[in-house]
Amino acid sequence: MPRPWLSVEGIARRYGARPVFRDLWFGVERGEFVALIGHSGCGKTTILNILAGLEAPDAGTVVMDGRQVSGPALDRAVIFQSHALLPWLSALGNVAFAVRSRHRDWPRSRVQDHARRVLDMVGLTEAAGRRPAELSGGMKQRVGIARALAIEPSLLLMDEPFSALDALTRGTLQDEVLRLVSDAGQTALVITHDVDEAILLADRILLMTNGPDARVAEIVVNTLPRPRDRQTIHRTPGHHALRSHIVDFLVARSRTLAGSRPEGWDGRRVPEVRPAVTPIEETIS
Amino acid sequence: MALRLRSALLLLLILAAALGAWQIAATPAAPTGPALDPEYAKLLGTAAQGGQQTPMPRPSDIAARAWQLLRDPFYVHGANDQGIGIQLGWSLLRVLTGFGLAALVAIPLGFLIGMSPVLHGALDPIIQVLRPVSPLAWMPLALYTIRDSGASAIFVIFICAIWPMLLNTSFGVASVRREWLNVARTLEAGPWRTALAVILPAAAPTIMTGARISIGIAWLVIVAAEMLVGGTGIGYFVWNQWNNLAIADIVVAILVIGLVGMALDQLLGRAARAVAWRE
Ligand SMILES: Nc1ncnc2c1ncn2[C@@H]1O[C@H](COP(=O)(O)OP(=O)(O)OP(=O)(O)O)[C@@H](O)[C@H]1O
Ligand SMILES: [Mg+2]
Repeated sequence: MPRPWLSVEGIARRYGARPVFRDLWFGVERGEFVALIGHSGCGKTTILNILAGLEAPDAGTVVMDGRQVSGPALDRAVIFQSHALLPWLSALGNVAFAVRSRHRDWPRSRVQDHARRVLDMVGLTEAAGRRPAELSGGMKQRVGIARALAIEPSLLLMDEPFSALDALTRGTLQDEVLRLVSDAGQTALVITHDVDEAILLADRILLMTNGPDARVAEIVVNTLPRPRDRQTIHRTPGHHALRSHIVDFLVARSRTLAGSRPEGWDGRRVPEVRPAVTPIEETIS
Repeated sequence: MALRLRSALLLLLILAAALGAWQIAATPAAPTGPALDPEYAKLLGTAAQGGQQTPMPRPSDIAARAWQLLRDPFYVHGANDQGIGIQLGWSLLRVLTGFGLAALVAIPLGFLIGMSPVLHGALDPIIQVLRPVSPLAWMPLALYTIRDSGASAIFVIFICAIWPMLLNTSFGVASVRREWLNVARTLEAGPWRTALAVILPAAAPTIMTGARISIGIAWLVIVAAEMLVGGTGIGYFVWNQWNNLAIADIVVAILVIGLVGMALDQLLGRAARAVAWRE
């Protein structure tokens, strides 16, 4: 089996004697959008930090594009849950800080121009000069998105990017990320609690059991056609089956499957399911 | 606005009442003071030898003296007779030099302590022991080693100004939010860029608070230090006028010291506002 573009190979992390997760394997292909769903405390942020290189795993490795991840790097951008903007810089300043990191040889004016263009892209042309304290929650997260996209990363990592926002703002931002990511063919991994967000955005959805000793119990392949539209996606055939499957997992199986691993469990071969594929489609294909 | 106006009116009222009462109380009736303790009389100098105490100046006397002193504050009539402005200038020069040197040491050192838990563990006991020592206790040691009274005064200012800036800088640097450092790390910002573009602005308000405390303490200490080393400075001026029993001059000096201290504090307060940020 060829190694995927981003390959997570048997990583484990523990605090004290208690494993948060162990023997975790999964891959992400170039241009793919993967979502990671699980209950609070199962180790999602820890996984994302390991992928970002901000933390090291206790065991296992992460390999991206043939190279082992050994620390943070500009080819992996992170959108933090708490936006993590530098409050003494304006929106433009925050994005320019990232641009300057990527293009150290660019003159100041070119950095500013580029930062301004990325801010235009997320619809913040007017607010470029304002500091984070003067922006709404949604605008701050937009700046966070702009900062991540400004460095043109090969992998975009998002840790519950919209969970702190109200439903309406969350919807518009999901649309925006969907557009930006598919326009750029961006490879991305998003952590979320939100089933509909995962269905709208992802090609594959990794379902994690509850911690401690969490694992990816199942990989749901999202076969709903693209482009997807938040307004109409729930009427797409198969949507209901897909959604019920994930909700069932989160409500019941994430708990019942937690802890002990079934007989013959192989962390490298996590079962894949395609709940959205109807029997008719299956016979056609 | 109405509130400020009312406060201002009340302030004027209080001042008028206090000064009026003082004026009346200090106006002499029949001066027959009690016999003085001989030690105290010696301290008071010649005027007290005769058993009569110098009268407490009235606000009107003080105002008259203030006018004389402040009308020509920069005159120099020999080493022992210089205007109050010159004396203030000396004090300010010492305070700013000592404070500046303290900042040059405290801010970089505080950075290192804040970033390195090992260094913090190593230096914290030293800081905790030295910090509560009155800066004047260093004076003999300074005079002994430096052998220059002016430089010794500056050293005393340096010693008293260093602690608040050192502690605040190390605290501010140590408590920079982890996520901001993570942002810098994911953007591959090197140590210098992280220090100057992330940690410094993040910690700047805390550092400025330390600087403001430092300059306040320095201004408190300079008067006492100059009383000890003599020669020049507003502290020397106060002590000298005490020896001359020029009580009104002392009161004027107190007011001037207060005003300059307030100005220094406001200056640093303005600088603190310039680097402040809000989340
Ligand atoms: N520094 C730490 N020390 C001890 N335990 C920790 C530490 N950091 C995380 N943990 C534990 O590791 C587990 C996973 O944490 P993590 O933040 O990755 O969870 P999460 O899935 O992102 O949760 P949430 O959805 O609430 O963000 C949690 O049970 C947490 O208690
Ligand atoms: Mg988390």
